[in-house]
Amino acid sequence: MSLYLLCLTLFCVGLYGVLRKRNIVKIIIGIGIMEYSMNLFFVLLGYRYHGRTPIDAQNQNILNMVDPLPQALVMTSIVIGLAATALLISIAIRIYEKYGTFDITKIKRLKG
Amino acid sequence: MSDNPNTGLPAGKAGMSLIVKTITRLTIGLILLFGIYIVMHGHLSPGGGFAGGVIIALSFIHIMLAFGKDIAAAKISRGLASNLESIGALMFLVIALLGFLGGSFFLNVLAKGRPFKLFSAGTIPLSNIAIGLKVGVGLFAIFLALVILEGAKRK
Amino acid sequence: MNIIPLFVIIPLFSAFFISLTGRLFKKGFIDAISGVSCFLLLALSFYGLNALNHSANQAMVYKVGGWMPPFGICMVLDGLAGFMLITVNLVAFFVCIFSINYMEKYTDKPKFYTLFLLMVTGMNGLIISGDLFNLYVFLEVASIASYALVAFGTEAEELEASFKYAIMGSVASGFIFIGIAFLYGFTSTLNMADMSRILGASPSSWLVPFVSVLFLMGFGLKAALVPFHAWLPDAHPSAPASISAMLSGVLIKALGVYAMVRIFFNIIGISAGYLSALMFLGALSMIVAVILALSQWDLKRLLAYHSISQVGYVFLGIGLGTPLGILGGLFHLFNHSVFKSLLFLNSGAIDYSTGTRDLREMSGLKEKMPVTAGTSLIASMSIAGIPPFNGFFSKLIIIFACIQKGFYGYALAAALGSILTLASFMKVQKYAFLDELKEKYRNIKEVPPAMKFSMVCLAAICVLGGILLLPSFKFFLSGAAGVLLEGKEYAGIVLGAAAKP
Repeated sequence: MSLYLLCLTLFCVGLYGVLRKRNIVKIIIGIGIMEYSMNLFFVLLGYRYHGRTPIDAQNQNILNMVDPLPQALVMTSIVIGLAATALLISIAIRIYEKYGTFDITKIKRLKG
Repeated sequence: MSDNPNTGLPAGKAGMSLIVKTITRLTIGLILLFGIYIVMHGHLSPGGGFAGGVIIALSFIHIMLAFGKDIAAAKISRGLASNLESIGALMFLVIALLGFLGGSFFLNVLAKGRPFKLFSAGTIPLSNIAIGLKVGVGLFAIFLALVILEGAKRK
Repeated sequence: MNIIPLFVIIPLFSAFFISLTGRLFKKGFIDAISGVSCFLLLALSFYGLNALNHSANQAMVYKVGGWMPPFGICMVLDGLAGFMLITVNLVAFFVCIFSINYMEKYTDKPKFYTLFLLMVTGMNGLIISGDLFNLYVFLEVASIASYALVAFGTEAEELEASFKYAIMGSVASGFIFIGIAFLYGFTSTLNMADMSRILGASPSSWLVPFVSVLFLMGFGLKAALVPFHAWLPDAHPSAPASISAMLSGVLIKALGVYAMVRIFFNIIGISAGYLSALMFLGALSMIVAVILALSQWDLKRLLAYHSISQVGYVFLGIGLGTPLGILGGLFHLFNHSVFKSLLFLNSGAIDYSTGTRDLREMSGLKEKMPVTAGTSLIASMSIAGIPPFNGFFSKLIIIFACIQKGFYGYALAAALGSILTLASFMKVQKYAFLDELKEKYRNIKEVPPAMKFSMVCLAAICVLGGILLLPSFKFFLSGAAGVLLEGKEYAGIVLGAAAKP
């Protein structure tokens, strides 16, 4: 249970970064932290006490295996996170090019 | 990766110091080979297309960090990278479409072979190769694009 | 051969094929590829709904790779999915035709088509997916493509809007992912039908409210319900007009409304408290957004605020939970995707000819652009709910359903929202199309024929939309509403259809 609570704490750290920070790069890092905490949480859901890795090998009995499905899903989620982060960073670079700042309080041409 | 024109000369303007360049030249082939190993053994051991592809991309990114972006871009240009990426995606789709030969999308139609052998598991290794190509080249293309963006900003 | 996986295969193949060969061929070739693939998708969605209507089952299930549903991934085509597929692919087809000329002013058309078709892939995949994680993956494919499309012009405002949108979208996806993780942790399955069965067999008192709140936040952000709407008025106007039409017309509905109602009605099971939350948020969006829209002078921004408001109507209708309310909500969803994409295409046509989006700049365009003015008039009357057009019927059904269930306040709010919408669109018509033609617009021309074609076709659908309520076409809507009404019987229907060979 405490592990799950730590994941929640990490998620809140990321959310704090997204909501509270003024620097664009820090916001992107906040999104990254959120994604990692989610992935960690999902992998932990598949864990069982004293479980072994879910890898089939020659001449071995597989006993007490952890759930392999969350690991595959988290892999997919990491790939999605990679794509989103790459896009965000390239947008951030272009924003710096146009506005000359990373501060979101100064990036406000859209209003209304 | 010995076709660098600066070989043996003092560290040029592009890239890092001589020590880094030498070590990179020694290790880069091994890293690439390890990436290919991971991709090829994706159906037997941990790893697979994505993990192996990332390692392959890292070997090229390593060249870029050590020797500068021009030499890395000479190996794989942006146009080639984006073409290879599309080819990887199309390859994966075609492998999935091969399943229609047996009647269902994504069906594993090839012979499964014996477990724990390299040539086994039907279409799964082929899919891993397609994903490895797509991820390896795609990640490198992302890195190259970001570096070029950054460079364009400085000028 | 079963057609269901083709909804993903065709756009995905064309997307990467265009990205690979786009630079080699002439421009006409890639226009043709994307146009043909969008047309094929539209034809397939009609064929799919027709096949579903004539089959004995209520749902068609496709087992990917031949694996049985609780273990493998499956694709489900039922009444609601067929309805959404037609909506998405109809708009996508006309937007694709419109883009042939409109996107000439942007560079790099192949990249545009790649991203556009990837977005269509994401939406189609999300709609036919029968697996919760697969739904999430397709949702992200569509979202990431749309973030990139919003920034397509790479001007300062577009980048800013895209950044906001991407951050909001990532946070929303995070909430959805955690919700899916909790559901998986509790039920140990990802198949939507199986999950619904297990949740029905062993109810949990804490899980359902908790997950409901997570999904309400996540999908509410994607659908731009009012407390979560701040990104939409920036993001949708900043995109190229054809993409604005896609985003406002179908993306917020496929990603927000469809995914939300599918999960709540068919998997988690609906409760009275949740329905009232949905109705309240819907009514709030309806009123707040339309009031904000009244004071806008940027045409596309005004339309974006109306999107929030009209999605509010959809949620109000669906949130009523009665057969009539759900029917009205879904009908309004279809109508809104038609007239809102038409309005955005009109704004694109005005932008194409005059180069401005500001209502104060334009005047008297009716004289020079009769087709744009006429179609825009039809769409405006449709969105405001003037009788012969489709928007009137759906709003009428929603208001009737409110009165039928005794929610007089909500019925009044819906009528008020409609009046304010009418006021707002009278402003658009007056400033943009009536009055004297300005001197600097003496030489503008009407847009090219491809753009005219899409606008006229969409306008025709607006005029004829009401016939969908006639008994012979009723299956289109009532099939979709039936899926939501069947609720948790979805599990039995899908698993039963999958068990048959």
